[in-house]
Amino acid sequence: MTNERPIRVLIAKPGLDGHDRGAKVVARALRDAGMEVIYTGIRQTPKMIAEAALQEDVQVVGLSILSGAHLELFPRVVEELSSRGVDDVLLFCGGIIPAEDIPRVKEIGFDGVFGPGTDTSDVISFVREHAPARA
Amino acid sequence: MSNSTDLTRAEELSEQLLSGDRRALSRAISLVEADTPAGRLISGLIYPHTGKAQIIGITGSAGTGKSTLVGSIAREERKRDRSIGIIAVDPSSPFSHGAILGDRIRMQDLTSDSGVFLRSMASRGNLGGLSETATAVSDLLDAANFDVVLIETVGAGQDEVEVANAAGTTVLVANPGAGDDVQSMKAGLMEVAQIMVVNKADLAGADTAVAQLRSLLAIANFGAWTPPILKTVASSGDGVSELVDRMDEHQRFITVSDHANQERIDHAQRQILALARAVMHRQTLAEATESLLLDMLTKQVAVRAKDPRSAAIELVDSLRSSWSGAQSSK
Repeated sequence: MTNERPIRVLIAKPGLDGHDRGAKVVARALRDAGMEVIYTGIRQTPKMIAEAALQEDVQVVGLSILSGAHLELFPRVVEELSSRGVDDVLLFCGGIIPAEDIPRVKEIGFDGVFGPGTDTSDVISFVREHAPARA
Repeated sequence: MSNSTDLTRAEELSEQLLSGDRRALSRAISLVEADTPAGRLISGLIYPHTGKAQIIGITGSAGTGKSTLVGSIAREERKRDRSIGIIAVDPSSPFSHGAILGDRIRMQDLTSDSGVFLRSMASRGNLGGLSETATAVSDLLDAANFDVVLIETVGAGQDEVEVANAAGTTVLVANPGAGDDVQSMKAGLMEVAQIMVVNKADLAGADTAVAQLRSLLAIANFGAWTPPILKTVASSGDGVSELVDRMDEHQRFITVSDHANQERIDHAQRQILALARAVMHRQTLAEATESLLLDMLTKQVAVRAKDPRSAAIELVDSLRSSWSGAQSSK
């Protein structure tokens, strides 16, 4: 008998802002949608995020950031991930990302960008639709 | 059924993880955890490379500070220059089957240490299968050359007791003032723990908790190893060094002391029985719920035409004869 593997998601907060309400709301919504959510807490370095993604073998990494350092930190997360061979994960982000930065954020590799006011069901369907399959 | 693709993949991943590739280890854990054909092949391939690690189970009620204690133990092991693999098991929601796995929060500083590998595992509600999975994953970490493997579970039922059984040394964590906690330990976990820890020992009532445990131990029947009772404050690290000393002492007891042979035999038998129970439980229930006989029996019991125990025996007997039929047709 093979157990169907639930989608595994890492939710992390890079950088120095300590406001994790949004991250927690998303984590709970994904759990309630049947996913296994690894929540790492606040103040994560890109290295810590990449290492956690590797050890937990997640298909999806969601980052929440409100400090404005996204253009600084996101590329470094992507770098750290690919230096570990973790290049087949779906990336999304939430928090405060100014509209003019969104194209750049998507270019870095974050396919989903969810700002304030997002309905959690949008995040859920985004993850369900785009999470890479894993055996 | 496995095919040649599965085999190639299993051989590749096994080789990589044996040579210390963390990405391969992580992928292998997923395959084993999902009980895939490739995962089963990997378990078989790496098994000859296991048996080197010190396997520790940490169990206790929710909120006793297990995760924090595991973090402190990991730091102490790193100080002693040993690498450590950690499996942190948390329950899946019985409703959504999802889970929030938050053990990394208490071990943030260990995340980027290459001598530490932490894997969060949801129980996935698999019927009796948790001990199967945890044992198989601990074998992977053992094969990947970690000196110490820690399995952390919430001690709340048979499954958890069996996870503890899989470990060489089981540490039971309790708190001061938790009178009911200590009471409930009489029921089962006491017998499988080789070390007792009163964590949060900076709170009032720590000595009382120790005394309660001691009086419970006095009436229990132990073999050559009497479980020590220790006090720790996981958040500050107090008492953790002594705990690790005691874990090492028990490891010597089961590996090199005069009792080692007997311990090895007892442990092997416990492991087989625990896994057999898990396998039977899973197979039987999977088949039973699909059985037409179950429908029939259910109707009879519902109108009290038959008692549930006779119905259960009839169901199991019928499954058993279908198994032996399948066996002889092979």
